[in-house]
Amino acid sequence: MELAATIIVDGLIYAGWLFIVSVGLTLVFGVLNILNIAHGSLYAIGAYAGATMVGAYYSIGGEAFPWGSYVALILAAVLVALIVGPILERGLLRFFYGRDEVLNVLVTYAVFLMLEDIMKLIWGVNPYFVYEPYVLLGDVEIGPLFYVGYDFAVIGAAVVTGLAVWLTINRTRTGKLVLAVIHDPEISRAMGINVPRIYLGAFMAGVFLAALGGALTAPMISVTPGLGANVIIVAFAVVIIGGLGSIEGAAIGALMVGLARAASVHMLPEAELFIIYLVMAGVLLFRPEGLFAKVQARKI
Amino acid sequence: MSPMILTAAALAACTVLAAGAVLLPDWAMFLVTMALAKGLVSLGIVGMMRGGLVSFGQGLFYCLGAYMAAMVTNVFGVADIVLISVVAMLATGAAGAALGPLLATYRGIFFAMLSLALSMVLYGTFAKMSSIGGTDGLTVLTPTFLGWAPEGLALQTALYAFTGFVTVVAGVLMRIYFNSERGLITLAIRANELRVEYLGASVRNAMAWNYLFGAMLGGLGGAIAAMSLGHVDPEFAFWTTSGEFVFVAILAGYLSVPAVFLAAIILELVRSFSNLYFPNTWQIFLGAFLLAVIFLLPRGLGSLIERKRTGDKE
Repeated sequence: MELAATIIVDGLIYAGWLFIVSVGLTLVFGVLNILNIAHGSLYAIGAYAGATMVGAYYSIGGEAFPWGSYVALILAAVLVALIVGPILERGLLRFFYGRDEVLNVLVTYAVFLMLEDIMKLIWGVNPYFVYEPYVLLGDVEIGPLFYVGYDFAVIGAAVVTGLAVWLTINRTRTGKLVLAVIHDPEISRAMGINVPRIYLGAFMAGVFLAALGGALTAPMISVTPGLGANVIIVAFAVVIIGGLGSIEGAAIGALMVGLARAASVHMLPEAELFIIYLVMAGVLLFRPEGLFAKVQARKI
Repeated sequence: MSPMILTAAALAACTVLAAGAVLLPDWAMFLVTMALAKGLVSLGIVGMMRGGLVSFGQGLFYCLGAYMAAMVTNVFGVADIVLISVVAMLATGAAGAALGPLLATYRGIFFAMLSLALSMVLYGTFAKMSSIGGTDGLTVLTPTFLGWAPEGLALQTALYAFTGFVTVVAGVLMRIYFNSERGLITLAIRANELRVEYLGASVRNAMAWNYLFGAMLGGLGGAIAAMSLGHVDPEFAFWTTSGEFVFVAILAGYLSVPAVFLAAIILELVRSFSNLYFPNTWQIFLGAFLLAVIFLLPRGLGSLIERKRTGDKE
């Protein structure tokens, strides 16, 4: 019983984190039809930016009001989206809309390679630590178990993020425009929708979500080079399980992967590193395009 | 390609490689050996690319082949490179035959990601198995050649010669396969797979065979790389390793077999030199290089050779 509770709590915490780091990936694929390997690098940039911002906040006397460090984390993600988003979308990706999906994977792989080194140039190769926001929320006691409050805040952040994205797409005018562009960019353009702007906006939102994932993770880990390479394949697994382009799918995928991994950590630690891919392979066996994928007609 | 041209091309390749054995310095011979071993893996990807599929998980077979080499030398104390190459190809061939029919139903991104997931499963398994060294990996004994156990420069040259010979044989066989009925069906699948099905050929069957050959080439490349490095670790199956194989395949394009090995050598050269002079920025060059290839040579280096000969423009 206690084991089950531990697995569920650990699984939910991990699922919350997974959802934040992968929802941007599925959003960008849904709108731009590009599976963005560089999403992992954007996550890492977010982590570095978050660590730097929090460090800067404390160096200008943030001790007096430690809660401001959370604002600093979110601000870091916004900054990354504002700077990196337009450069990548306007400068590179827009030349590849409508091209082969696999080719686009390679384009973003090239971006991934370049960003990995650009990060080393900017932030060096030494680790960054910002533990202050992590300990700020204290501990939470559930039965005989202690958890760090920040971990639950991550679940909360995931729920808020998911709701915000879902409401924006399904309940606002902008969301309707985005859905129209997803359905048919050409007709949308003919109807007077500014399609390039929708693309830019969606990509910047994706960058923001990736960077937010990184920034929120920064207090929990030591930020080092190579961070992005591990995250991106986990995010891939989540969005592919859910069906590429589906927000609900990403949530279900994150829950499945999160719980599976927590179960494996506690019951079968040998499988910890690959249980994620096992779940993904299992889902693809029965649903070759993921759980929530759109049905597409085959072209002759 | 007629048998005569093929023989001439094979002889020319042998001559170039033999000249390399005499002219190349020690380090360059090692570099070419590794490049050819990795080129073998990429050749397998090219075989699938001809059908429009890109596997992002060839590291699976590269790693499996490498670990076969490590296991055979460590457990049985046998270090014969010919035997090990055969064992590695049989093992990865069996794995490829099992996975091929399953993966052959997937297309595009799903094929790429599922193959990536499989290689990451292997990575995770090996990294956690302390009996085979965990993340530290295993050492591999110095190879012997059918009973002959050279040392120093002779060993380097022998490895180079063996790899070169294997590469030429594999290249010739794959070219014959590419021009066979199934190889040509694969090309037709690239153009339009539904039509191929309606014409009565099995897309799934062709793709499963391509995958099987890709697996065997991956195992062979992995075994040779392990023998020349003297060490294997789970990183062989990590997705960034597979990414490099795809890089080479894209750089080469699917039109020409020699272009694959040329591309592999170019990648190793770029890596070694920029690693030496720009240790923290060489991936920027690599990324920019890849983008340049995608922009300027979308069908790869091979299209330069092919266009000259046939004058065809797509």
